[in-house]
Amino acid sequence: MQYGEAIRRGFEFAMDEDPSVILLGQGLWSPWYVGNSMTNLEKQFGYERVIDTPVSESAVTGAAIGASQCGYRPVVTHPRVDFALLAVDQIVNQAAKWNSMFGGGAPVPAVFRLIINRGGEQGAQHSQSLYSWFAHVPGLRVVVPATPQDAQDLLVAAIRCDDPVVYIDDRWLYDLESEIADPPPISLADQGPLVRRPGGDVTLVGVSWTTRLALEAADILESEGVDCEVIDLRVINPLDLAPVVESVSSTRRLVVAEGDWRSCGIAAEVIAGVLESVEAGCLVAPPQRINIVEAPAPTSAPLEAAYYPTVDDLCNAVRRTVA
Amino acid sequence: MTRTHTSRLGPLIDPNEFNEPLDLEGISVEQVEHWLRAMTLIRRAEESIGRLVESQEARCPCHLGIGQEAVAVGVAGLLRPTDPSFGAHRSHSHFLALGGSVDELMAEVLGKVTGCSRGFGGSMHLRDTRNGLMGTVPIVAATVPIAVGAALAMKLDGGDGVAVGFLGDGATEEGVFHESLNLAASQALPVIFVIENNLYSSHLHISDRQPTDRTARFAEANEIDTQVIDGNDIVEVTRQMGELVTMAREQRRPALLEALTYRWRGHVGHREDEDVGVERTDNLAAWHQRDPIGRLSEGAIEFGLLDRQRIDAIDREAVDSVESALDAARLADFPPLDDLLGIVHHDSRNA
Repeated sequence: MQYGEAIRRGFEFAMDEDPSVILLGQGLWSPWYVGNSMTNLEKQFGYERVIDTPVSESAVTGAAIGASQCGYRPVVTHPRVDFALLAVDQIVNQAAKWNSMFGGGAPVPAVFRLIINRGGEQGAQHSQSLYSWFAHVPGLRVVVPATPQDAQDLLVAAIRCDDPVVYIDDRWLYDLESEIADPPPISLADQGPLVRRPGGDVTLVGVSWTTRLALEAADILESEGVDCEVIDLRVINPLDLAPVVESVSSTRRLVVAEGDWRSCGIAAEVIAGVLESVEAGCLVAPPQRINIVEAPAPTSAPLEAAYYPTVDDLCNAVRRTVA
Repeated sequence: MTRTHTSRLGPLIDPNEFNEPLDLEGISVEQVEHWLRAMTLIRRAEESIGRLVESQEARCPCHLGIGQEAVAVGVAGLLRPTDPSFGAHRSHSHFLALGGSVDELMAEVLGKVTGCSRGFGGSMHLRDTRNGLMGTVPIVAATVPIAVGAALAMKLDGGDGVAVGFLGDGATEEGVFHESLNLAASQALPVIFVIENNLYSSHLHISDRQPTDRTARFAEANEIDTQVIDGNDIVEVTRQMGELVTMAREQRRPALLEALTYRWRGHVGHREDEDVGVERTDNLAAWHQRDPIGRLSEGAIEFGLLDRQRIDAIDREAVDSVESALDAARLADFPPLDDLLGIVHHDSRNA
């Protein structure tokens, strides 16, 4: 099953098991907005539970929070991260804060699903991921699934969770295909980074789409005799770095790939967190980070090609650590 | 700087109008006594909070709604504990009118663990779900869409519940207010927006902020039924809001009440004469004659429903309740340090 279809399967599973799950957002009835990730859910579960909304990101996100206070488990889909910025007050000032600022008795069981939908010469306002913005805020849980199984399982776990969750999926993963099993009875609070490919030479960390690049890079590097351990972060808030620290303690080399800007990014956070926790002198090579270019996304094809990291960039970074 | 402003509220904004004793024809003694007790408790609690601010015993920002009590009490009298409601930064009145404990309010203002938000909210973040108050927050207009979402829940529930969002005239200048009205109307959601138009947002009069002062115009732009009333007349608030609530319960669509009122104190804190650094040059003395509590009391005497002695007794009860709440709040503990991290998430298994 493809990643996009697996998201749909997650919605189907969650809506089947719990009638309080409702979906809101722009373009939910249109494949043009959400790809194959929500096809015909409105026909299957009814237009009352799958609501295609006016062009009002902030009000719709606030409405999800309101419904979450009255017994519902809403999921708001923002078909592009960029447009979700219009709803940041509701996500950051409201959802993230309510449980704490009302003394612990105000859970906000809402999911804010943000789709990264970049490439195709869409440019500066249709291409952002902004992982670290949401990872910065206490009170939010932020999940970034990299596989079809996780796309389904982390969505179901996010919907079951009593805390507000930002679920960020990437259209560049929608064609990724694998067998998938039914969602297990997991709690999102117990989920964290996973080793996707064991290896002994270099720890290679991915976030969402860059996990795919990392696995491809690991295959290439294997033929050169370099054995990468690929770790998929999966949950970037709260960020549990223990599996990365454990891996680096053994490989003594760290490369982090992130499809987002370098400054104050997730890669920076991973490297800082690992350096705080490993023994002094553990690393035998400087840690490497791979990011997108520190500029707004361009539209012209050659510039766009230069803007995003490639499997080659990851391979070269790993090679630098073993040179 | 050139500004244009045309008043559309007529005599409603004239402090020398609507200052007669209330017409209480057909109103029961019990009703009048309830209103007076509730409004007096709010008044005395807020006066006490004002003194706490002045003495710096209360350090959190406190926004007093003294002079606006009739709106909260009138609206609250029409709601059930199962009707979700939401407020903003000036919401002590909503909390108490809906049935919140004055003990919990005073403790919250002092940051004590016995407060309604366990000492994590202060004056601006109040929650009391037992009485339907789901949250008050100081980001202006932020709870307006949240109230719309609560109304979506009421609609999906299939009963006749309604949601209420309290907001001020300043909130109508926020974009999300317009999004919310459009969403509520287009989805036919049973939410009543209650605008307490006190003519001021922070230190700035509405004539310096909007081209006209009648904020109900935004309801009309969204095909939402509206009433524009004297918000210092609890009979009028109850009557007109009652019609809107009944309509929302039965017809499952939104409504908007614009209640014209007046803020006696500054935007934040205890002062009357100065507002966030700006000296007030308004008609405060005249507005004191339009006191919602005074007009109700005089009406009650005029209609032979309550005598001066009974009114004084109600006032003493309110003062005593606030005093004993404050005594208890002073003795209570601050929240435990462990909760600082312990309640960041509700599901705290990996907090």
